[in-house]
Amino acid sequence: MTEWLQSASPLTLAVIRALLLVVPILILVPGLIWWERRLLSWMQDRIGPNRVPTITWKSGSKRSFFGLVQALFDGVKLFLKEDITPASVDRKIYFFAPALALFPAFVLGGTMPFAPDKGVWKYLTPVANLDIGVMFFLAVSSLGVYGVVLAGYASNNKYSLMGGLRASAQLISYELAMGVSLLAIVFSAGSLKMTQLVGAQEQPLWGVVPWLQDWNVLTPFGFVAAIVFFVCMVAESNRAPFDLPEAENELIAGYHTEYSSMKFAVFFMGEYAAMFVFSGIFSCVFFGGYNLLPFNWSAMGLGAVANLQETLAPLTFLIKMALFFTSFIWLRATLPRLRYDQLMGLGWKTLLPVAVANFILVGFWMIMQDLYGTGAAWLSWAVVAVLLVALYAGWLKARKTTTIERRTITLVDPRRARQ
Amino acid sequence: MNGREFVFLLCGLVAVASAVGVVAFRSPVRSAMSLVLTFFSLAIIYFNLGAELLGVSQIMVYAGAIMVLFLFVVMILRHAGAERTPEKRDPRGWWAGLGALVIAIFLFKVFMLPLLNTPVSEAADKQGTPQAIGPVLFTTYVWPFEVASVLLLIGVVGSIMLAKRRL
Repeated sequence: MTEWLQSASPLTLAVIRALLLVVPILILVPGLIWWERRLLSWMQDRIGPNRVPTITWKSGSKRSFFGLVQALFDGVKLFLKEDITPASVDRKIYFFAPALALFPAFVLGGTMPFAPDKGVWKYLTPVANLDIGVMFFLAVSSLGVYGVVLAGYASNNKYSLMGGLRASAQLISYELAMGVSLLAIVFSAGSLKMTQLVGAQEQPLWGVVPWLQDWNVLTPFGFVAAIVFFVCMVAESNRAPFDLPEAENELIAGYHTEYSSMKFAVFFMGEYAAMFVFSGIFSCVFFGGYNLLPFNWSAMGLGAVANLQETLAPLTFLIKMALFFTSFIWLRATLPRLRYDQLMGLGWKTLLPVAVANFILVGFWMIMQDLYGTGAAWLSWAVVAVLLVALYAGWLKARKTTTIERRTITLVDPRRARQ
Repeated sequence: MNGREFVFLLCGLVAVASAVGVVAFRSPVRSAMSLVLTFFSLAIIYFNLGAELLGVSQIMVYAGAIMVLFLFVVMILRHAGAERTPEKRDPRGWWAGLGALVIAIFLFKVFMLPLLNTPVSEAADKQGTPQAIGPVLFTTYVWPFEVASVLLLIGVVGSIMLAKRRL
């Protein structure tokens, strides 16, 4: 296998790598939908889809496989449903929008490595090991808004248009905080390359604990950046509690109100694929990529486990992706939808300042480490962080104006009032 | 024709066609979309030349900026597109087309023919990467870089002042 890959032409390799990214996602999407529906119903004390492949044996006993094929049959149903194109839509853009919505979902993962740069995996992942890996991800995720906005515009429906406008405002707002939170990580790792970001996380923890890995989420600035990134990630993929573009109690179904049959299915698929790939990026940047646990096995004297980890890297990466995907579902089951002003307030007044402060702190940390060593860096980082938090708390207190609203209602007995 | 030339030709054609589309489409939304397509194919040409940072900035900056423009188009001009007045065919259009053709042939002869046999110069390897651009940007050209950021700040403040007369 390795020899054949070595001798294969670059074009063949590129095609293989792209297929290795896209095909598993396409295959997994129905499974993800099933998982979301089952987990959601479990969290809401329902049963959920558990019937579809029910096989009755000759003996009369029935067996169903947890409703695993439900999503597949839903897909078949969507294929066979009547495809309605409303009369007054902007036809070309109307047909083009779902395709445009699907495109970024798959291209997002273009620089995402799902296995280490060793052995046979060297030839199979990532699709393109670009020098600008993280920026590529940001650029593509900024294209994600087009599909939604164009769908909203082309549908020629007020609710769709409002959904599209909401989506664009939301995505533009949260992109900024996302970029800045990633910037802090890029700053500390010193590279934009995804593979090097993952590689930097395999170093000893904080440079001192050799048997633990330096996952970004385990460092203080990485932890802050991870929280900011996660919130932005949920907002970028238009998921609850950030699903204002398709808020069903206000906008029918938002931007895809006028879409039916397969075109709706494409939107649906794009959303799930994007969530899944976002989970992968999240685990790459903050959670050590394809390493299942933050242990340096070889440093612990367990070379065999390290080798096993290396061989099974795609599997562990898949497990981690599924884990973060599950957290999306968990959020959906837990939090109610944000109001529009809350959405904008969270994005611009909370996440962006936090991300920028974090970024400045990382810069400060790096300068102190260069000048005075690691201990001084930790100390000064803590001091500055406390100062910033105190400053923010003080500012909050200063601008707080308490106005207690008083409403007095006097109940008047009409008979007595007449007297 | 190798792969690079093929990608260049394809993206060049798409870029030119969509650039024509920007002025040719009647619907403002389609014009904005073809502008996005132009920028996108230009970005691919940059990628093709090894200027990765430039390409990705092209997508990020222009896709974001055009998105805002596009939003204004959708929100403000939405009804302007519906009331189209049918234009009469102007016979002068033919003469204009003929003139454009003559100018195109002239330009092709003057500018393109001498270029046909020049060797294709390739960008020096790794010159378009952030590793190459970053240090130069923050050492040699740090002043222009900072001044540009101040210029952008002035733009932001100015737009806020224009939009909100009373803060």
